Amino acid sequence: MSTTSSNGAPQSRGYVTERVAASLRRRKRQELRFKALGIGATLLGLAFVAILFVNIFSKGLPAFWQASVALDIYFDPEVIDIPPAPVKSADESNNDFRERRIQWENEVALVNFNRLIQAGLAKVIPEAAEHPRDAARVVTSGERIALRNLVIDDPSIIGETRRVRLYTDANIDVWLKGNIDRTLPDAQQMLSSRLREWADRLYENGTIEMRFSTALFQNPDSRSSLASAGLRGAFMGSLYMMLIVLLVAVPLGVAAALYLEEFAPRNRLTDLVEVNINNLAAVPSIVFGLLGAAVFINYFKMPLSAPIVGGLVLSLMTLPTVIIATRATLKAIPPSIRQAALGIGASKTQSVFHHVLPLAVPGMLTGSIIGVAQALGETAPLLLIGMNAFVASVPSSPLDQSNALPVQIYLWQANELRNFFEGRTSAAIIVLLVLMLSLNGLAIWLRKRFETRW
Amino acid sequence: MLSGPGFPVTGKSDLFMSNLSLLLLLLGLLVVGYQAGLYRSRALVAGGTSPVRLHSRPQHHGVVIALWAAGPALLLLVAWQLLAPSVIESNLAAKVQILQPGLSEQELRVALRRIDNLAGERLVVGATDWEVAAAETLRAMRQTSAWILTGLAAALVAVGLLVGLRRMNPSLRARNQVERVVQIALMISSGVAILTTIGIVLSMVGETLKFFTFISPLDFFFGTVWQPVFHVTETSGYGEYGMLPLLGGTVLVALVALLFSIPVGLLAAIYLAEYAPGRVRAFAKPTLEVLAGIPTIVYGVFALMTVGPFLASMGELVGLNIRATSALTAGLVMGIMLIPFISSLSDDIITQVPKTLRDGSLGLGATKSETIRKVVLPAALPGIAGAVLLAASRAVGETMIVVLAAGNAPVLTANPFEAVSTMTVTIVNQLTGDSDFAGPQSLVAFALGLTLFAITLVMNIVALAIVRKYREQYE
Repeated sequence: MSTTSSNGAPQSRGYVTERVAASLRRRKRQELRFKALGIGATLLGLAFVAILFVNIFSKGLPAFWQASVALDIYFDPEVIDIPPAPVKSADESNNDFRERRIQWENEVALVNFNRLIQAGLAKVIPEAAEHPRDAARVVTSGERIALRNLVIDDPSIIGETRRVRLYTDANIDVWLKGNIDRTLPDAQQMLSSRLREWADRLYENGTIEMRFSTALFQNPDSRSSLASAGLRGAFMGSLYMMLIVLLVAVPLGVAAALYLEEFAPRNRLTDLVEVNINNLAAVPSIVFGLLGAAVFINYFKMPLSAPIVGGLVLSLMTLPTVIIATRATLKAIPPSIRQAALGIGASKTQSVFHHVLPLAVPGMLTGSIIGVAQALGETAPLLLIGMNAFVASVPSSPLDQSNALPVQIYLWQANELRNFFEGRTSAAIIVLLVLMLSLNGLAIWLRKRFETRW
Repeated sequence: MLSGPGFPVTGKSDLFMSNLSLLLLLLGLLVVGYQAGLYRSRALVAGGTSPVRLHSRPQHHGVVIALWAAGPALLLLVAWQLLAPSVIESNLAAKVQILQPGLSEQELRVALRRIDNLAGERLVVGATDWEVAAAETLRAMRQTSAWILTGLAAALVAVGLLVGLRRMNPSLRARNQVERVVQIALMISSGVAILTTIGIVLSMVGETLKFFTFISPLDFFFGTVWQPVFHVTETSGYGEYGMLPLLGGTVLVALVALLFSIPVGLLAAIYLAEYAPGRVRAFAKPTLEVLAGIPTIVYGVFALMTVGPFLASMGELVGLNIRATSALTAGLVMGIMLIPFISSLSDDIITQVPKTLRDGSLGLGATKSETIRKVVLPAALPGIAGAVLLAASRAVGETMIVVLAAGNAPVLTANPFEAVSTMTVTIVNQLTGDSDFAGPQSLVAFALGLTLFAITLVMNIVALAIVRKYREQYE
């Protein structure tokens, strides 16, 4: 370093060292700056993960607890004026009996259960009897069905008093949780001032409590009774679709990967298949939805909004993921295994099915589970095959109309009652994320548990 | 609600249930056939006086017999499942028209569904006599169909078993036969991926051509106004279907997303690959990748509920008019989604750059950052370009974030603070709910989908080619 200058003059030598020192300082600063940028970018990325999760959980977790009111309901025989439940007589056909039974159940449904609720409410708020319109709004409308079911299940309840816990109206939940500005003037409040005062009073004396919301898990979606809208229909729809993906995409994908990796000759055709699969993996998901709409719905006339169509579309979408993951696993198995099998006289097929495939099972499982988890969160293609329709029932087969978890999130975020559904939507997101993360966790665990390093 | 070749109104699940037992029986037959083959082939060697040797192992003979026994019957069952319901239904429809002439098509379908319910022991309110009679016929027809199927299947099984067992001899190349069947099955499976692509292209091309009979391709590809109208009367026209505002929106949102995610993702990748200590890397890399696993609908809700209002209030602070749902909101959130995508792809590519290049640069006295900027990054550039292209194709095809957060305003603008609409958003808007694909309103979704497919296909092919070439370069 010190001999770089040739003329050897002491001044210029000092000048050079100084320049070198200065440039070194500059370069070191640059180095630090560059590293700091890298750290900053990484931290920014991590911060987004944190913000996203904190945001969703802080909004969604409170929604798992929902305001419910405990009332002593007197099943007044004067209000519930119904004939006794029909009994099947010997000479009656099944259809006739069922018809009578349904008629009876419909008659029960016609009972004015609101009067029972209002009478129950009057026991805790005496003035409720004078304001029937407000009293009718305390409990969410869907809870009439809960009372009806109590009567249908056990008609002997008539004439007795039972303590029943009913979900309050969504707006009361919003008010008590402070999700609406309490200082807003009356005109902008969703509840009348009387109802707000009642809600506060009942909450203070413990009649209204925040209880863990079973409605969220037990009920299907609802539009008329927002507080009892739940995820059950969407969950079952998603479950059916995942089953179909497992049954269709995984066997097909594994078989295709086995063929391409172990049997296929290397030629133009297999090259084409390979390029095609790689591209298919990167095709936007919405294009698969268009395929489903054109082929399954329009051509094969399969039912709209049915999990079977959704499952098939998602299967086609997941297929490349499974194929690519399985091929990677097969590639990682050393050729010596195959050669050893062939060497002792096994046929090609025997070497693949007896020796290579068993070693590839953990990797294939991991890839398949990750593929299924991806399919579980996919929304866009489902919108195109009519799964965004409002369905207020739980599907009993993959051919029934149904919802799916991500589509339910999409529907709920659009609900007008923002103050209530922001929490409900976030709660649904938490359910979806927990399902997906546990699937991914399972995949990681499998990989860790059975991983073989060659 | 549904009818047609694949899914007739009547008897979906009932017929399925009755055939399910037959299916299970046939699956059981597979096992029986296998055992029979196993036993027979062993007997062939053991019982004879001459020392014969089997060409294949007994197991292979077992599989051959099982396939002979149950294979044809299984195929028959599948074919029956597909054909019988429509045959039964047309017979039933004819019968109903005799019993109750003069029904309209709509009434007939309702009647068929009621009859099906009656036959399936489900509740029907106010069943009339002729409906009950028809239900009786339907039940009888189903019974007959089930008997014929069972009889045919039994015959096929018997014949198959007989042929299989007759053909069995020690020199039968049973293993080769089994392996051929297996290979063909595997080959067919790998054909499904090709079929999917063909299906995508054919279905979309078909519907797009139909769309072009309403709107000329020139107006579609180069029109600058997007204003579809409901075609009510002959004179009302179809409105304007210019794609450019949607393409502009797509590009704008994707640009914002890439401008945000490329620097962050790339710098994070460089830090994690070159600087970060092992423990930091082991924590940060999978944590960042969590972002890639989150469903896009979640990002969409996050953009709509949190990021949009936040950006709008920030804009207010500095005096900018930013809409809560805008290209900026959608682009930023999409950028967050793309960070792990870019960072893990770039990370792979950076770590693939040979160590000798780094050592050479460091040996000449370059600092680490100089080595990275002047040696590693130029060497990795093609690969990174491929990664960015892949990310861009994702951004173009992304749907849920833009549906929720881009504001859905199909106007041609370059201002990211404005609401825009993209091709994916428009596909969703034009094609949700039940439509019969009759007018340009719904057909346009396929034209847009095809365009989107073509754009992303080109990007993917180029990107994959670059990445592959790069990988080969340093292997």
